[in-house]
Amino acid sequence: MSQTETEIHAPSTTQAPKTHELKPEPSQLGFMRPDHSKSVIMDWLTTVDHKKIGIMYGAIALFFLLVGGFEALIIRTQLAFPENDLISAQRYNQLFTMHGTTMIFLAIMPLNAAFFNFLVPLQIGARDVAFPRINSFSLWAFVAGAIVINFGWVLQALQVMGLFEASGPTAGMTDLAPAMGWFGYAPLTGTNFTGAGTDFWIMGLQILGIASLSAAMNFVVTIVNMRAPGMKMMRMPVFTWMTLVVSLLIVFAFPAITIALGQLMFDRCFGTNFFVVAGGGQPILWQHLFWIFGHPEVYILVLPAMGIISEILPVFSKKPLFGYSIVVFSGAVIGFLGFAVWSHHMFTTGLGKVATAAFSLLTMAIAVPTGVKIFNWIGTLWGGRVRFSAPMIFSLGFVWMFMMGGFSGIMHSSAPADAQQQDSYFVIAHFHYVAIGGIFLAVVAGIYFWLPKMIGKMWKGNLSTWVAIFSTVGLNVTFFPMHFLGLLGMPRRTHTYLEGFGWETYNLVCTIGAYILAFGILLLVVDIIRCFRNGEPAGNDPWDARTLEWATTSPPQVYNFAKTPIIPARDALWEDKYGPENRKITHEDDHGHGIHMPSQSWMPFIAALGFIPVGLGMSLMQAGVPYMGYVAIFGLLVLGLGIALWAIEGPGGYHMHPEVDAA
Amino acid sequence: MSDTEHQEDGHGSLVINNKKLLMWLFLGSDCMFFGTLISTHLIYRKLYPESYDPLLVFDLELTSGSTFILLMSSVLMALAVSAMHKGELKSFRLTTIGVIFCGLIFLACQVYEFAHFTNEGLTLSTNTFGSTFYMMTGTHGVHVAIGVFWLICLYFYSYTGKMDAHESAVDVEVAGLYWHFVDIVWIIIFTAVYLIEYIPGLR
Repeated sequence: MSQTETEIHAPSTTQAPKTHELKPEPSQLGFMRPDHSKSVIMDWLTTVDHKKIGIMYGAIALFFLLVGGFEALIIRTQLAFPENDLISAQRYNQLFTMHGTTMIFLAIMPLNAAFFNFLVPLQIGARDVAFPRINSFSLWAFVAGAIVINFGWVLQALQVMGLFEASGPTAGMTDLAPAMGWFGYAPLTGTNFTGAGTDFWIMGLQILGIASLSAAMNFVVTIVNMRAPGMKMMRMPVFTWMTLVVSLLIVFAFPAITIALGQLMFDRCFGTNFFVVAGGGQPILWQHLFWIFGHPEVYILVLPAMGIISEILPVFSKKPLFGYSIVVFSGAVIGFLGFAVWSHHMFTTGLGKVATAAFSLLTMAIAVPTGVKIFNWIGTLWGGRVRFSAPMIFSLGFVWMFMMGGFSGIMHSSAPADAQQQDSYFVIAHFHYVAIGGIFLAVVAGIYFWLPKMIGKMWKGNLSTWVAIFSTVGLNVTFFPMHFLGLLGMPRRTHTYLEGFGWETYNLVCTIGAYILAFGILLLVVDIIRCFRNGEPAGNDPWDARTLEWATTSPPQVYNFAKTPIIPARDALWEDKYGPENRKITHEDDHGHGIHMPSQSWMPFIAALGFIPVGLGMSLMQAGVPYMGYVAIFGLLVLGLGIALWAIEGPGGYHMHPEVDAA
Repeated sequence: MSDTEHQEDGHGSLVINNKKLLMWLFLGSDCMFFGTLISTHLIYRKLYPESYDPLLVFDLELTSGSTFILLMSSVLMALAVSAMHKGELKSFRLTTIGVIFCGLIFLACQVYEFAHFTNEGLTLSTNTFGSTFYMMTGTHGVHVAIGVFWLICLYFYSYTGKMDAHESAVDVEVAGLYWHFVDIVWIIIFTAVYLIEYIPGLR
């Protein structure tokens, strides 16, 4: 089947832009816009195409996934034996801090963003997101934040090589990498306890927050306003629905952490007393503000994964999603309840009986919509014609593994039990089952499902099975014993332990598991590279899928759809292929004025670049390095200049006249 | 008023203009920003009732005056939006200048207030009251300053000849939304920070 489609598809990639020659035009500033550039680097730096931005998000996130995984491997190696001295306690603290921060903010969130970017406009039949230049700004601000947050590692590497020394003007620069845990509890983040690493962490997270907020607002507008005709809300693919819920979560949850980080930065740089105990500050306030953000953040991470699974299971069961509306509704309920459960991270802080009981109950309530989703997924499989292709294998793994993480989550919701499990390896086991068994497996399923659409090449061979075996076995071997370790009393974040507590065997098994998991991820990288190098053309619809993104070419043309589709039903492509005559996708007539494309721009890139001097300047100023305040001001000026020129240059745009009908 | 037909892609589901929806989302997010700041202030105020008496430095007449001016600027802003909808550039410029002027007066009062309080010995690091007060009102002041800068840009842009009711009404309306929001936040801050201190039972 894919053979014939390949032949149809192959010429269309070569001849699609063969319309009249497009040349760059000057913007309102008088500069030439960077459209239709021959230079590949310039094209990618200035792109506003949601597909290219999505691919860049994905590539950078995969890189940081490997970085964070490497950090985890060092942690596990250190813990393999009692009283191991592979790394110092300080280095260990830095590693687990950066492992958590990297995985959450630099790996999973941007991986989700990669899917949002690539898929949402395709799934709703739009030409691009609502604000293409803001989209580009979000990507580059994310990169700037990632650089700032990891700058401590660079300095530390230079220090080891003898190229950097904390002396003279830089004498104040101690603790170059953050070492206070990914939730940065006060008062450990105070100036008298931690050094420059904390400032890099604060400024980096602040910049990442701006990137996430601007991206989230963009996606809400896109989903609400840019849907193709007929694409009603309740006809949208579940992944798009979950993107909408997650974007709203980001819009309302991130301000809390932004303000908390701002207060912390003021504490460190300008001597305020928000979290300084000596000045009357309350460290508990940080915990509240952090988790008011931090718990919705958990759903920000996991809801896209649920969306991915809700897309894949129907395709490989050849059945519509069981209970579409209830799946969508429970996703929204999870998002809503996510704001009301933050204090379950703080049961041991002494909230009082009423608050503890209320947060306990609300936390248990979240299990209901989650359970509803799991039953609906199983209902989708029930009686379906199940195909065990790679995306399906990972999705089935997700349902099972995520459920295990959910079960230990319900155990935490009971406050007395949680008091026993707090800060033990039991918690580590719980959230790694959710993060790896849930989110990671779903993201890998998504990669196997959509990479053929992204790059137009189909997977070769069955390496994916081995990826699934090694990663699932590895994750279970690593994290299942941690339940027991936690119940035996091993606290998290200890860099070593003594013999004789009965922890030795479990820890060794965990470490072996971590290497198995790492091998699985290595195989995944190999498989992706193989797909890029010698994958065969995928054709438009290699999986016999259901939603609109499979109706266009693989990879999609820059304009996505040559003619705007008119959506007659949910599962639009499926109905188009197999449904009755009145449910075929029809197309709007463009009356010959072509497709309006947004112009590319340097300005979002330049504006986002300004964040790097802002972040590094503020951090180094706090460490007492001279003139760094001016560097931060310079960065703000670059940011302001970028935004001003962005406003003045005008949106621009050009028209394309595709002759080939992509549908 | 909404330029639906101007949207290049002309998708049928368009109800509210993209820019306006983006601004509404930003304002929703901004509510959470200010909510966090104000609740921090109220929590610390409740926690340390005896630590500092703000009435030592507060000057209610001055702050009420600047509050009144800021609120009146919202009227002018509404007039500016309406003028732009009718394409009356002259009236737009006049009212916008008024808004800018009011915003600058408010900012000047705030700068004076900050300087005065600092001289009286209340700084960022004096106590938690100082920390929360300066950070919250400062954040609001930055919002006002950004709004003033934005309106100045719009004012000068109106001389380029590229502004008309069809193209720019939405841009002015978005700026207006922002300006009204900043005013409303000030009403809450003024109540939660200043007026509350004058209620005898709450001290």
